[in-house]
Amino acid sequence: MEIKVVKDILDANERIAQRNQKLFDANNLFAVNLMSSPGAGKTSLILQTLKSLKGKIGIGVIEGDVSSSLDAEAIGREGVSVVQINTAGGCHLDANMLSIALDSVPLGDIRLLFIENVGNLICPAEFSLGEHRRVLISSIPEGDDKPFKYPLMFHTVDAVLINKIDLLPYLKFDIDAFSQTIKGMNQKVKIFPVSCTSGQGIEKWVSWLLSQMRNPV
Amino acid sequence: MHELSITQSMLNLVLGQAEQAKAKKVGKINLVIGEMTGVVGECVQFYFDFLSRGTIADGAALAIKAVPTKARCRDCGKLFEVMEFDWTCPHCHGNNMEIVAGKELFVESIEVE
Repeated sequence: MEIKVVKDILDANERIAQRNQKLFDANNLFAVNLMSSPGAGKTSLILQTLKSLKGKIGIGVIEGDVSSSLDAEAIGREGVSVVQINTAGGCHLDANMLSIALDSVPLGDIRLLFIENVGNLICPAEFSLGEHRRVLISSIPEGDDKPFKYPLMFHTVDAVLINKIDLLPYLKFDIDAFSQTIKGMNQKVKIFPVSCTSGQGIEKWVSWLLSQMRNPV
Repeated sequence: MHELSITQSMLNLVLGQAEQAKAKKVGKINLVIGEMTGVVGECVQFYFDFLSRGTIADGAALAIKAVPTKARCRDCGKLFEVMEFDWTCPHCHGNNMEIVAGKELFVESIEVE
């Protein structure tokens, strides 16, 4: 006997993600899923963003890593609420892992939640967490061909930050061609060239982020 | 290695459907996987063989329908298949496109006894 199913394989994850988003909305909290390859600057971007926004709004961070709590410690030193998820080999966060971590987040005290995903351009693209915005950091040393190699990731994000632009004089990276490729695949995407080392471009990113928080859905 | 959690989710979905139908055995699972998802069929098969052990889906055949990435050009309106490393319209060479296929990841049907 054949049974017609026609159901998305990640349906269960999607349902938990929707539950997470309801929890965020009930607490008037804006959640950002931050993704990139390892070493592109997710933690550095959070630290730079904290510099601009600390004291102005309550910020919380959830750190996803395969192992260690190094990133959580770096964020914790800034005096913001941080929860570490160790995926123990898992290559991405999923909605259920996030749901469990949210029990340890003081939801009422924060307005903006950064969820730092596991460094990976493939798997995190598939798993919605219930976030309001999906943000990707791509960095100059990775090369400008990444949209061709990881199209799903570039296709599904709301913003792409091009980090480490202070290295442009030393490396070959065509920002215009890169931006044009992403915009061709993803019309809604916003692109922000930044340097988390010098702070260049961070102001524009932060003001976009704040503008999104006013219209979360 | 997202195939591990994807295969586990797929198996849960299949077992749930089979249980609803009061099936004793799952003989075949028909999957549809878009190229853009980057899900590798061989990996799904590998994890499936392992994860399905001891369930009624143990030994089920996996049939995977692969869907190529397709886009509609926003400039000339033509539909085309996106080739690896060439995200431009083969008709007008524009690179402004809407992706219309390739993101599929679902269980189409199962065959049960």
